[in-house]
Amino acid sequence: MRETIVTPEPDARDESGALVIEVENLTVGFGERNVMEGLALDVRRGEILGVVGASGTGKSVLLRTIIGLVGKRQGSVRVFGHDMDKVNPKRRRLIERRWGVLFQHGALFSSLTVKQNIQFPMREYLDLSPRLLDEMAMLKLQLVGLKPEAAERFPSELSGGMIKRVALARALALDPEIVFLDEPTSGLDPIGAGDFDELIATLRSTLGLTVFMVTHDLDSLAGICDRIAALGDGRVLAEGTLERLKSESHPWLQAYFNGPRARASHVHQRKT
Amino acid sequence: MARPSAIWVAGKGHMQALQLAGAWTADHAHDLEDALAEAFGKRPQLEINAPLKLDCAGILNLDTVGAWLIHRTRIELADQHGTVAVTGLRRDQNHLLSEVAQAEIPPPAAPHRQGAYPMLIDIGEAVVDAGKDVSSGVAFLGAVMAALFRVLIGRTRLRPAAVVTQLERVALRGVPIIVLISFLVGAIISQQTIFQLEKFGQAQFVADLIGVLVLRELAVLLTAIMIAGRSGSSFTAELGSMKMREEVDALQTMGLDPIEVLVLPRIIALLIGLPLLTFISSMASIGGGALVAQFYGGVSFEIFFSRIQNIIGMNTFLVGMYKAPFMALVIGLIACIEGFAVRGSAESLGAHTTASVVKSIFIVIVVDGLFAMFFAAIKY
Ligand SMILES: Nc1ncnc2c1ncn2[C@@H]1O[C@H](COP(=O)(O)OP(=O)(O)OP(=O)(O)O)[C@@H](O)[C@H]1O
Ligand SMILES: [Mg+2]
Repeated sequence: MRETIVTPEPDARDESGALVIEVENLTVGFGERNVMEGLALDVRRGEILGVVGASGTGKSVLLRTIIGLVGKRQGSVRVFGHDMDKVNPKRRRLIERRWGVLFQHGALFSSLTVKQNIQFPMREYLDLSPRLLDEMAMLKLQLVGLKPEAAERFPSELSGGMIKRVALARALALDPEIVFLDEPTSGLDPIGAGDFDELIATLRSTLGLTVFMVTHDLDSLAGICDRIAALGDGRVLAEGTLERLKSESHPWLQAYFNGPRARASHVHQRKT
Repeated sequence: MARPSAIWVAGKGHMQALQLAGAWTADHAHDLEDALAEAFGKRPQLEINAPLKLDCAGILNLDTVGAWLIHRTRIELADQHGTVAVTGLRRDQNHLLSEVAQAEIPPPAAPHRQGAYPMLIDIGEAVVDAGKDVSSGVAFLGAVMAALFRVLIGRTRLRPAAVVTQLERVALRGVPIIVLISFLVGAIISQQTIFQLEKFGQAQFVADLIGVLVLRELAVLLTAIMIAGRSGSSFTAELGSMKMREEVDALQTMGLDPIEVLVLPRIIALLIGLPLLTFISSMASIGGGALVAQFYGGVSFEIFFSRIQNIIGMNTFLVGMYKAPFMALVIGLIACIEGFAVRGSAESLGAHTTASVVKSIFIVIVVDGLFAMFFAAIKY
């Protein structure tokens, strides 16, 4: 029996600027060591939030904690206004259906073709005819800039950049309200990365997405992020617009935003 | 939320409009498709080339599924009516529709035609595959032997640490389960034998039977089958996942031979470990048999073991031990070949691990049969 489809409730749906993710006082650790301590971060509806930080500062861990893959020691995570610790499993499923995740390494199902990968969440959650299912998969594939020929290939036959795109297509399969992207443009050529950024910005404006994006890509930060949060020392070092972060005095932020690579990128050419 | 609908209405002049309303989202996809199919069925008599309009003013919310369906409807109607105007969408919805409209969806591919004699094709493929298995097995054996030879003449070094690690995993950690199983099998056979022999009042012959059966056949078979399941499967899974993550390629690019680094230690560990385990298994089975003979059949330990000592020759013991290294080689080769045959997907890893165990057990039994014929022929 297919479960009857429940429409997402309209809580805080159309108020733009409402908080869709609220992280408070979050402590997460493995073994003896805490990766983050007392971290707080909010994400507003409709914005593209860039999360930066040195390697190993816990960006991926933060993302995985918000979506509930990593347990926390303390603190609370609220998504769409629901405290994720207090929701019952059914409500949790409804919330999970409203977000899509692009994992750092793609996490495509290796025994399914590209098309089947994209169709997988649709088959689980939606009631589409076979024809529409095929058409939607091809549509998502083209939305992320892949050729229809890629549809029948297996993940092991794809290039790194193609894997990223297919993973994005799968994350977008259910038209989510939030997408979590873990380094979407790493491993893409600069032009491909630029296209990818443009794609995310387009999807944001057409689908009204909220984007939580972990990235090292200074061009993405300058080009499409509305707000940036820099992680370090187990907390948010600074957050705000690119301009604000550039003027922060923390040594890592100085090195990151005013270093030689930053000067070569758009960070210093474009006004955000 | 409002059910989606698609209704024909007469517009001004001879203009016809299809009025779309409700929630055009993925959650309502089923209703959407039904509504559109119905609207198509009830299409009013339209003049060819009469202008048409899709009036979307009633659409509450729209996502890519809804946008695609609008686009698809527009294309399908446009086939007969020239241009079809889409009106009444909000700006962001229009944006979405134009984004969706850029995609070119190829028509669904024709289903793959089955061959005329699918079963014949399957049989043929299976035979060819079996032939390939044999030739790849021989080639692999050659590569392993060449590597072994290079180690023996000192051209490359053996990796003692790797061999010892594998030996620990294959042999030492396998001891408890092999002792347990052998002990139980010995006990069960002993009990059944005593049951039959007591009819003749000759229960003490259980020692002869257990001795010959266990030392010649049972211990080595049991051990080989257990090792094929325990170690063969883990070799295949390890090598297979290393292959999947390009770890094998990484080794190769560092100028290392995967056969030397990965295969040789495992096969050497099996070659040493399997005879040892066979010996342990023999002892455990005989122990189990003796215990049951003592307490169930009234054959005392002295009688049991003195019969074993007097009746069972060294050759009986050696037959079992001679076979063990061959079993080890077969299991190791099959496990490694299957491991390297793994391709990108998790499914392929599972399939090759299964194949590794099934083939190993099958070949172990075939080899055992060949040895039985051989030893009978030379009257050993
Ligand atoms: N499952 C785990 N067990 C133990 N430690 C972990 C685990 N996952 C992550 N860590 C540790 O948590 C820290 C943060 O890891 P995380 O993957 O979040 O880094 P990151 O900021 O995403 O780095 P990168 O930019 O390189 O992806 C690291 O020190 C890592 O070693
Ligand atoms: Mg990371």
